[in-house]
Amino acid sequence: MFAFIVSRILQAIPVLLIVGFISFAMFAFVGDPVTVMLGQDYTEAQRVALVAQLGLDKPFFVQYGNFVWRALHGDFGMSYRLARPVGGLIAERLPATLELALSAALLAVAIGVPMGVFTGIRRNAVLSRLFMLFSLVGVSLPTFLIGILLILFFAVQLGWLPSFGRGEVVQFQHWSTGFLTSSGRRALILPAITLGLFQMTLILRLVRSEMLEVMRSDYIKFARARGISQRSIHFRHALGNTLVPVITIVGLQLGGLIAFSIVTETVFQWPGMGLLLVQSIGVADIPVMSAYLLLIALVFVTINLAVDLLYFTVDPRLRSGGKR
Amino acid sequence: MGLLDVIDLTVEFPTRRGTLRALDAISFEIAPGEILGVVGESGAGKSLTGAAIIGLLEPPGRVAAGQILFDGKRIDRLSSEQMRPLRGRHIGAIFQDPLTTLNPLISVGRQLTETMQAHLKLSDRDARTRAVKWLEDVGIPAASERVDAYPHEFSGGMRQRVVIALALCAEPRLVIADEPTTALDVSIQAQIIALIRNLTQSHGTSVMLVTHDMGVIAETADRVAVMYAGRIAEIGPVRDVVLSPGHPYTQGLMGSIPALDVRVDRLRQIDGSMPRLGSIPRGCAFNPRCVKAVALCRQERPDLMPAGATLAACFVAADLAATGRV
Repeated sequence: MFAFIVSRILQAIPVLLIVGFISFAMFAFVGDPVTVMLGQDYTEAQRVALVAQLGLDKPFFVQYGNFVWRALHGDFGMSYRLARPVGGLIAERLPATLELALSAALLAVAIGVPMGVFTGIRRNAVLSRLFMLFSLVGVSLPTFLIGILLILFFAVQLGWLPSFGRGEVVQFQHWSTGFLTSSGRRALILPAITLGLFQMTLILRLVRSEMLEVMRSDYIKFARARGISQRSIHFRHALGNTLVPVITIVGLQLGGLIAFSIVTETVFQWPGMGLLLVQSIGVADIPVMSAYLLLIALVFVTINLAVDLLYFTVDPRLRSGGKR
Repeated sequence: MGLLDVIDLTVEFPTRRGTLRALDAISFEIAPGEILGVVGESGAGKSLTGAAIIGLLEPPGRVAAGQILFDGKRIDRLSSEQMRPLRGRHIGAIFQDPLTTLNPLISVGRQLTETMQAHLKLSDRDARTRAVKWLEDVGIPAASERVDAYPHEFSGGMRQRVVIALALCAEPRLVIADEPTTALDVSIQAQIIALIRNLTQSHGTSVMLVTHDMGVIAETADRVAVMYAGRIAEIGPVRDVVLSPGHPYTQGLMGSIPALDVRVDRLRQIDGSMPRLGSIPRGCAFNPRCVKAVALCRQERPDLMPAGATLAACFVAADLAATGRV
């Protein structure tokens, strides 16, 4: 088990180095930050000074080495656009995105799994058909449209919920949370639904098809033949066996939620990393983009590790397989 | 009246091309403590009979006619939820493939205690003690340590022992063993059959032993039902069915078992194959393959009639028995 974790962490290092290289390569090859930062009127002396200040006059691999070294110390350079350290900028935006992504994932799992179980067991019930219809809508409607429709109904027409922003936040050290104020929670509802809807329907469909598969298996038939209660058959015997693929998908999707909440954040003007990224891309603010890329790689690597560890708790076959 | 009475049981599968009759008015009974062997080719309806009795027919299959009485009470009209307290508690089941019948994510001890606690009022500790006892009874070495092991940590033969413990742990009065040794190594088959026989004997449990292995039947069963194309072709005490079968199909089955002391170049077999459900011929279902078929066999479907010491669904056998010429 411990050896497994160590080997996984060792595997993660080259992944991060490669992503680091790509994100660094953006510095060297994408856009021209100097002209962006200097604006329209500048002298040659100003330009040379800025190039030297940004370290852009040094050889490519020296720049990469410096980049990795600084990244390890949490220094991702200065934002060209805002002229502030990128690390601080992202740290400021991170809580908003994480809270949004976690709320969306929680919503997706808490609603998607029971709906999937239900539609898997009562395949022909009217409610199951409704759920499946709903899931089709969720899978096929694009996120921005869902967000705009939700704003139209709940914010504009009914006026129940705010249409943008994060509401009031409470600050703990470096973490700002919207969970603790009522306006923060209210502001979270629409974006979380928008972001989580696709995942919810994906989980619904996945759990359903896995349930259908498992319910046909011999061990479910045998459990029935032993007079085990319906409840236990559905939730202990069957659901447990659907969990490995579900955990995999949910894990990867959580990574996706964190990384690509861009559309939702834009629609709701949510002050998270996605919005920061969109604004940075608009002006080729490369330090922000590359730091974002690195951060997302780190998020995926971490989630994959967590998913692998979850397999161990779910499936005893893997546990003893590791021992032997 | 037996512990189990099956009367004119008919199972049908509605399909787009019309209704298929998989079991056609079969009747038999199982007395308390008796082992009834059920043999026949694949698709003859052996397993289906077991599934119908325990109420686990796969939809769209359904009991279309007839009755199933357990201990004198009809059980074929019970809903799934009404049937649940009977399953495991009164009628147990042993399935064919021990590699797939155990839930891989639940320890064998947990599966045992769960089964017992579904039917019997037992504290967790008592249930666990009994679980260990059951694992010992089915011959799992170091049962008190193995009780927390998961199915994948057992070999195939050991898993089938666990399945047997699971089938018997709530002490049912009837066990339906559906090809319990088919998926196992030949070397283990005899052990498993002996285990089933000994355990059920000591608990006074009746057994319906479904198999296509005549050797297993000859050793284990008290009576035998031979099935062909959804009907019972012959039924009677095991000795009589094996040694002096009346139905030509049974004769063919017995004839196809090679004797050890005689060299043969070619194994005997019954020519042809069993008809598919949709194309069962008029008259006796066996008549196209039967060497003794007469005109009547192609016209009318025979019911079970006395043929010597057994009951056979055969005009020729019944006629022979009645006129005394054998």
